[in-house]
Amino acid sequence: MDIRAPRVLIPVLVIALLVVFPLATTGFYLEFTTKVMILAIFALSLELLVGATGLVSLGHAAFYGIAAYATVLLSPKYGAASAFWLLPAAIACSALYALAVGALSLRTKGVYFIMVTLAFAQMAYYVIHDTELGGGTDGIYLNVKPEVALFGWKLVELGKPVVLYYVVLGCLLLVFVFLVVLLRSRFGRALAGIKDNEQRMRAAGFSTFRYKLTAFTLAGALAGLAGFLVAVKDGFVNPEMLSWHESGAVLLMLILGGMGRLSGAVLGAFTFALLQLFFQWDAVFGNFSKHWQLLLGGTIIASVALMPNGLIGLPAQWRAWRARKLAGGADA
Amino acid sequence: MRDAAALLLRARDVTRRFGGLTAVSEVSVDLAEGEIHAVIGTNGAGKSTLINVLSGEIAITGGSVELLGQDVTAWPQPRRAQAGLGRSYQRTTIFPRFTVFENCRLTAQAMREAPWNWWTSASTCPISTAAASEALERAGLSGRADRIAGTLSHGEKRQLEIAMCLATRPRVLLLDEPLAGMGQEETERMLSLLAGLKTGHAILLVEHDMDAVFRVADRITVMVNGAVIASDVPAAVRADPEVQLAYLGEVDVH
Repeated sequence: MDIRAPRVLIPVLVIALLVVFPLATTGFYLEFTTKVMILAIFALSLELLVGATGLVSLGHAAFYGIAAYATVLLSPKYGAASAFWLLPAAIACSALYALAVGALSLRTKGVYFIMVTLAFAQMAYYVIHDTELGGGTDGIYLNVKPEVALFGWKLVELGKPVVLYYVVLGCLLLVFVFLVVLLRSRFGRALAGIKDNEQRMRAAGFSTFRYKLTAFTLAGALAGLAGFLVAVKDGFVNPEMLSWHESGAVLLMLILGGMGRLSGAVLGAFTFALLQLFFQWDAVFGNFSKHWQLLLGGTIIASVALMPNGLIGLPAQWRAWRARKLAGGADA
Repeated sequence: MRDAAALLLRARDVTRRFGGLTAVSEVSVDLAEGEIHAVIGTNGAGKSTLINVLSGEIAITGGSVELLGQDVTAWPQPRRAQAGLGRSYQRTTIFPRFTVFENCRLTAQAMREAPWNWWTSASTCPISTAAASEALERAGLSGRADRIAGTLSHGEKRQLEIAMCLATRPRVLLLDEPLAGMGQEETERMLSLLAGLKTGHAILLVEHDMDAVFRVADRITVMVNGAVIASDVPAAVRADPEVQLAYLGEVDVH
């Protein structure tokens, strides 16, 4: 059997399925899938840090939330902004904050890095939560969605759910392909080297701080893309988008899906969202569906214990288990 | 006595203190092209600390380091490496999950980083692939290029350690116990490799294996408690009564 066949076949099948999905459904499931694809972009942006560079950040939601807030705050109150400048502006806000946070936090390592990124995210959270800048705890509405128009001619109608679905799908594919290419490049290989052995990279002559800072800023920018899309989709932002729960959730997506593989981030985002939906389903869990977080938490603990390499590592884990069993059988 | 132009590295009165402990005390060493300069001493004599200070891995407390005629005392490690200073580690420091070839290619990439070129695959980089092949050839690992580095034997990992250092095309090599834990045959292979590296390189060799040191070294510096007690050609060092008392007499027992 050609071992590479599933590597091509599965992505093609998944993409085909996502492309035809809107033909089969509308309403809730379409919006749900749009949201999950946005979360997948968010998870991919964190994967660039955690999986590719070995930097575990617990403050990634700040960059997601800042771009979302920028999208709303930079839009005129009663008119449509052009997405051609609004999107770059929103991403730039996240990237700038990431550059500043990275410049300070990347001087620390391990647990300290986790804590410093968390602290900077909490700082952004409280600025938005406790000031009138963005409507305080209530959040703020995006009255008119940005338009994608050239010379007065509307190219894409972001207000239509099905159009937004395809725009988000396109962004997800672009981000995925961008990261695949980036991680193969000299920059990407240097990040892999830093993850494996930073000391050796410095001895070889790499100024590793610059690489890490670039990766951190890029990850912030990509999280900003996700933040822009979610603000456009929901037409509403609130401070919870920047909270540490959100940073933790996206980290759990990576853990669930499997770190070190880009497809793991996407799989993790889908699984996490589906599990959340499932445990909130009162037809199955009745009154207990109120406590969905308990069930979700338990599932994640179980999955970490049973699948150390995440869902994406299951086939390899299965092969290793079978090989061990066969070897054991031969001994007996 | 020696041609000053051929001195690739000059360290003057290098001192490193950790709190109250002086690990390296006013050590001066010269490394000349075409020579192996061995540094010997008992455990804790400050040999590894000396390499760490010279390579810029840890900060210097006092003294100066000159590399290829430039004062690099204040330079961080990556900048010194870019200027032609390569080092190996006593504890094998490789990328265990990469192939042997990629280990060398990645370190060679430091010569031309091109981090902005995000669309070109690293495996097509002509400069680093050529340097990696050459380094593997030189270290005698060409046949192992496609193996995962973590699965190599201990001796091969030590060879890879040197190959990764060579892949960056350094002029000065600081080698921290390249023979550590090696068998007889592997030691012979490594020693002929080291002898071959003299051409075009200035080498600082920290090593515990005394037979090996006296066979390959052109100069030997003896350290005790962070300070130099003798520095001369091997025959003179062997005859030095202070060295015999402080060091050789004890180690020969091993």
